[in-house]
Amino acid sequence: MKTIWTTASALALMATAAAAQTTEVRVMWYSDGIEGEVIADLLSRFEEMHPEIDIVLDNVAYQVIQEQLPIQLASGDGPDIARVTNLKEQAQHFLDLRPYVADAAYWDSNFGNRLDWMRPDGSDAIPGFMTQLTLTGGFANVTLFEQAGVEIPGADATWDDWIEASRLVMENQGLPAAFAIDRSGHRISGPNASFGANYIGADGLPAQVDDGTLAFVNRLVDWTDQGLMLPEVWVSASGTTYRAAADDFINAQIPFYYSGSWQVANLSTKINDSFDWVATGSPCGDAGCSGLAGGAALVAIKYTEHPEEVAMVMDYLASEEVLREFTERTLFLPAHAGVVAAGGLNFMSDDPNVGPALSRFVEASAQTLPMADALPSWKWANVYYGALVTRVSQVMAGELSVDQARTMIDEDIADQVAAAQ
Amino acid sequence: MDPALRWWQRRTGIGGMAAFFLLPNLAVFGVFVIVPLVLNFIYSLTGGSDILLPDRTFVGGAQYARLIDCDNYLQPLTCREDHFWTAVRNTTLFVLFQVSLMVTVSMITALILNRNIRGRGFFRAVFFFPVLLSPVVVGLIWRWILQRQGLLNLIVTELGLEPVVWLNDRFYAFAAAVGVSTWAHMGFYTLILLAGLQAIPRDLYEAAEMDATPSTRVFRRITLPLLGPNLAVVLVLALIRGVQIFDEAYVLTGGGPGTATMYITQYIYEVGFASLLRNPGLAAAASILMGLILVVLTLIQLWLSRRAEKAKAR
Repeated sequence: MKTIWTTASALALMATAAAAQTTEVRVMWYSDGIEGEVIADLLSRFEEMHPEIDIVLDNVAYQVIQEQLPIQLASGDGPDIARVTNLKEQAQHFLDLRPYVADAAYWDSNFGNRLDWMRPDGSDAIPGFMTQLTLTGGFANVTLFEQAGVEIPGADATWDDWIEASRLVMENQGLPAAFAIDRSGHRISGPNASFGANYIGADGLPAQVDDGTLAFVNRLVDWTDQGLMLPEVWVSASGTTYRAAADDFINAQIPFYYSGSWQVANLSTKINDSFDWVATGSPCGDAGCSGLAGGAALVAIKYTEHPEEVAMVMDYLASEEVLREFTERTLFLPAHAGVVAAGGLNFMSDDPNVGPALSRFVEASAQTLPMADALPSWKWANVYYGALVTRVSQVMAGELSVDQARTMIDEDIADQVAAAQ
Repeated sequence: MDPALRWWQRRTGIGGMAAFFLLPNLAVFGVFVIVPLVLNFIYSLTGGSDILLPDRTFVGGAQYARLIDCDNYLQPLTCREDHFWTAVRNTTLFVLFQVSLMVTVSMITALILNRNIRGRGFFRAVFFFPVLLSPVVVGLIWRWILQRQGLLNLIVTELGLEPVVWLNDRFYAFAAAVGVSTWAHMGFYTLILLAGLQAIPRDLYEAAEMDATPSTRVFRRITLPLLGPNLAVVLVLALIRGVQIFDEAYVLTGGGPGTATMYITQYIYEVGFASLLRNPGLAAAASILMGLILVVLTLIQLWLSRRAEKAKAR
């Protein structure tokens, strides 16, 4: 009996000692599609190689990243690593990994062209890396178009062409709406740019709402009034609440959906072989056919107590081999210069819609306009997006006129700029 | 008694002893209520987008001035913070309709459940069941019922009528918020009124029956006056809860369509935490103003409760 007790005590002490030597690294992660499963698999392999590091993967809803993480960061708290889309605005909370990573030159050469998106202006910090690049763009339900006998608009088709074609499909197939755009200021900013909008003043501060922005906003409002745009997405909510219309497209309720490249895996997984779909790129306006580039970044958080361990995790995840696998399995567009240069990506999907869709997004990325290219690294982008989505929704709901909304958007933005200075 | 306690009582008297025993509760209450309340008030006097208090700029009453900067309070669009006044207007309308409906429905339900009907226990449980549900669950259930392809539209189309996008219509969305909130909480108020009804002496009704008094008169002359204290408590509690409306309405309508169902609590939550246009100081100021309204309602409730107790004592 004494021997048993002694052995048990020794084992308990050993377990305690082992636990004491383990460093916990928390990763806050959200998923658009299947990337949560992929990252969990990659991280479990890392843990096998590094038993001294225990990674806790917190899979959260995107809303948590948008609404709760900023509060945690602002109060000097948060996870050790987080996957975020709001990059520039939160840059002061990100850890500079430069002193900790194994090879800073590797990071500069492979991620350098996007690091400005996630660090304070003028800084040379390495806060993290883009897990993928995204581009806003449309998707069309080919099966619905074929059943309606309506030809899918071509590569140079305008927004008006697309909505008209979608209207014909809607009427022929008895659908509730012709199209939908995610409820987000970010999502309508590519189209706004296509109509000549400029958000950025000469001094780098937000410019007043211009006719380019109103050209597309007026169309959106008219299309909503005509019952062409799915009202549940924009009209039903208030404030800056984000709402995606992916489920409506997946359920074949709308023939045309404007969202972005991050939806490819989601659509492929959920639509399966229910219908055929294609990526369309961004329809054209008077000034071009621009989508809006962006993406999600995996960043280290400044408030971590284990910067060395965090850097080890980041080095592993940012390595070319791992990132290549991540890209191929998640069906995302890569942001790693080496992976892009090497080419030959073997996207792991037997869905025939996936390959052409990703290729179409790659083609469309060459069509983005300068204003759209400047937005991802612009400090005030989110403020502009927030004011746009709040007021445009009110116009759609019949609470404001477009002119009132224009004035109020300018006031909302001015208030935010004043509060931040 | 413990010698130490006896010594303490001799030194401080009964009041001191009471304070001593209350100390743990006061400490907890202070940490979790008083301190946040004071901090919130300090926040409301600061500006900027930083969260940490030391990083924020003192702006005095500027946030309050901004909130009440209005040409016409009845027309929110003439106010600098139009969403705040829209939320105030919506909350006022919500309270008016929801409290009236809640008290009426709870009263009718309590009167029915007080009768000797078959399955009385079952029906009491049924009416109380929604109270046990999480507000988020309540919101989701009703959203599934009311959405475009929801259960209600299935029934509507079965009847050969055109489906309605209930939550995209300002009137229906508002009515849904009122109705769902009433459905979710009426069980609680029914229970309070039922307790009051069962406390009314039976012999009063028997006497009225012997006099062949009409039932409407019995209700006006016996039931209502004796149920008055309970009814007053129900009214004030429903008012307080009405002003605080947030969770089930937020899940159900998201504040839409437009801002038709945006209530004060949602405004505070969005401005303070959720919006891309965040302003913690403004949210704190709005919550102080809302707190003042709730303090007034609570004082009324306390006064009514005391009055009811005195009436019972007599």
